[in-house]
Amino acid sequence: MTVTNAPLIISSRWEQSDGHTLDGYRRTGGYTSLRKALGMDPAAVTEEVKTANLLGRGGAGFPAGTKWGFLPPNVLPRYVVVNGDESEPGTYKDRILMERDPHQLIEGLLICCYAVGAAQAFLYVRGEMALAQERLAAALNEAYAAGLVGKDILGSGFSVDIVLHWGAGAYIVGEETALIESLEGERGMPRLKPPFFPASKGLYMQPTIVNNVETLSNLPWIIERGGAAFAALGNGKSTGTRLFAVSGHVNRPGVYEVEMGQTTFRDLVEHYCGGIREGRALKAFIPGGASSPWLFEEHLDLPLCKPTVDAAGSMLGSGAIVIMDETTDVVQACWRIVRFFARESCGKCTPCREGTTWLSRILERILAGEGRPSDIDMLMDVSDNISPGLVWPPKQTTICPLGPSATAPIASVVRRFRSDFDKYLRASHPRSEVAVV
Amino acid sequence: MARLTDANVALARQIVARYPRSRSALVPLLHLAQEQDGWLTEDAMQHIAELLGITPAEVLGTASFYEMFKREEVGRYLVNICTDIACHLNGADDLLDHAQQTLGVKAGRTTDDGIITLEDVQCIAACTEAPCLQVNYRYRYKVTSDGLDQLVADLRGGRLAGEIPPHGTLASVRQQIPADRWAGTGPAAQAEVDERFPS
Repeated sequence: MTVTNAPLIISSRWEQSDGHTLDGYRRTGGYTSLRKALGMDPAAVTEEVKTANLLGRGGAGFPAGTKWGFLPPNVLPRYVVVNGDESEPGTYKDRILMERDPHQLIEGLLICCYAVGAAQAFLYVRGEMALAQERLAAALNEAYAAGLVGKDILGSGFSVDIVLHWGAGAYIVGEETALIESLEGERGMPRLKPPFFPASKGLYMQPTIVNNVETLSNLPWIIERGGAAFAALGNGKSTGTRLFAVSGHVNRPGVYEVEMGQTTFRDLVEHYCGGIREGRALKAFIPGGASSPWLFEEHLDLPLCKPTVDAAGSMLGSGAIVIMDETTDVVQACWRIVRFFARESCGKCTPCREGTTWLSRILERILAGEGRPSDIDMLMDVSDNISPGLVWPPKQTTICPLGPSATAPIASVVRRFRSDFDKYLRASHPRSEVAVV
Repeated sequence: MARLTDANVALARQIVARYPRSRSALVPLLHLAQEQDGWLTEDAMQHIAELLGITPAEVLGTASFYEMFKREEVGRYLVNICTDIACHLNGADDLLDHAQQTLGVKAGRTTDDGIITLEDVQCIAACTEAPCLQVNYRYRYKVTSDGLDQLVADLRGGRLAGEIPPHGTLASVRQQIPADRWAGTGPAAQAEVDERFPS
């Protein structure tokens, strides 16, 4: 059991009743890091973030400082876009950060804009999050009025505008190039990379940084204490702390900020969440959002460390852990996740548009007692056409990772729990005659 | 049904001016139209096309991509029950069944009194509070069948009118940028605004 005494870096104001107001934020040290950053050379700010080894908290886990470094020099204007479109099933942490500590995000965003020399920033918030939008609008109004955003910030000569932008309901917009399309007023369909890497050809084809809400919320602490202090937490490979939303069959589901690299999945389940409900055994767990391949009992003692979980064949993704106990119908659970991706496919790439729909329909008929003996092979074959070889990290025949994400639960359940499928298929009565070859 | 009111055109003008290109204001303007009428009417979409200098087909193309834009009239309250993985594991399927029986409508339909439209929705980022739902995008956590019945009674009795605005109104606070604080360091769609918006 490792429960470390790491500080709460980003969730420290969640219990503070006025933590979302400018007064409450300033009283607890808010906006001092912005002042400090504005007195530094922008390159030195980026250097601190690189030293911190702050990995992106949106899902891909790419080092934030390195991402900033991809911006081509002297190409202006350039933009920063905040990805607040949290929608991955199981994921619940960016919304809390926006609702309970909006100024922390705004301060982090301003620090980022200063470091990369952005002309303007856009805060893209998921449409369905009314309270987050209200809190961010109120916080931005306060910050503009207080001279913290806009023209000549804190008398430093640095100016940047932040515009709050509402989404309108589309999971795919969490993908950064789709988010940019959406921000340009288009249907939110991903762009092909290359050539459309946001750092070189992003918003309006200008250099653009897209960072996740949680990633940016870490910046005030990193600038205040230094990148080395952040990097001292964790195990070197995965640094700092991170928010994990643990849901499903646990006694105390919740969002917990824990130290990376030191804390294990078992610590989260047993210590933070009070164990699995009614003392039951674990059947499987989703370690990093619905897109991640499932893990099992033998993985519980893995530390929350990106390369370790990657090596185990999955990912920490968006910090969303879903616990499924021994009573779980994994075929139902699998369909529920596949159905999500089928509903949310944007329709741009054929393997995903057709494939995810077929996967969902095959699972649906198996669950309805109308499955065919060949259905498991067909599930794997369709999956293989979306993500060749069903390997990890996944390959893809699509522009973005949404399609391959739908194959993760199928490969997990078929490989581990084939007998659960067989139970359905043995009792099955297909509606039409099937030629068994 | 309605083109944007003069007050909303004035708001639209402010919103458009915040973007480097006016087309970026399309989704915010669609929200504005939906707030005005409770759903997205053809007249409003036509008006938005005129204001942004794009075709009505382009407006419809974008609007039809996003689940929140309702191109048919919906109830005063949209009750969205999440049935994705974390909620599914915690009884959301039973909750949805109960809601369909109690309201007498299938997911996607509106009750005869026009008060409630029921939806079976994708993950709404409250997984630790499963099963959960939203009423006009305001959360209700750990919802039981009894809790749902009470909610429906309260909505029909008008007891939540102060807390939950009618469908279409998202946030009760809007971003306001004082003219003297606007940095304007990026390019702006101001010229396009001046050309198309009545002054």
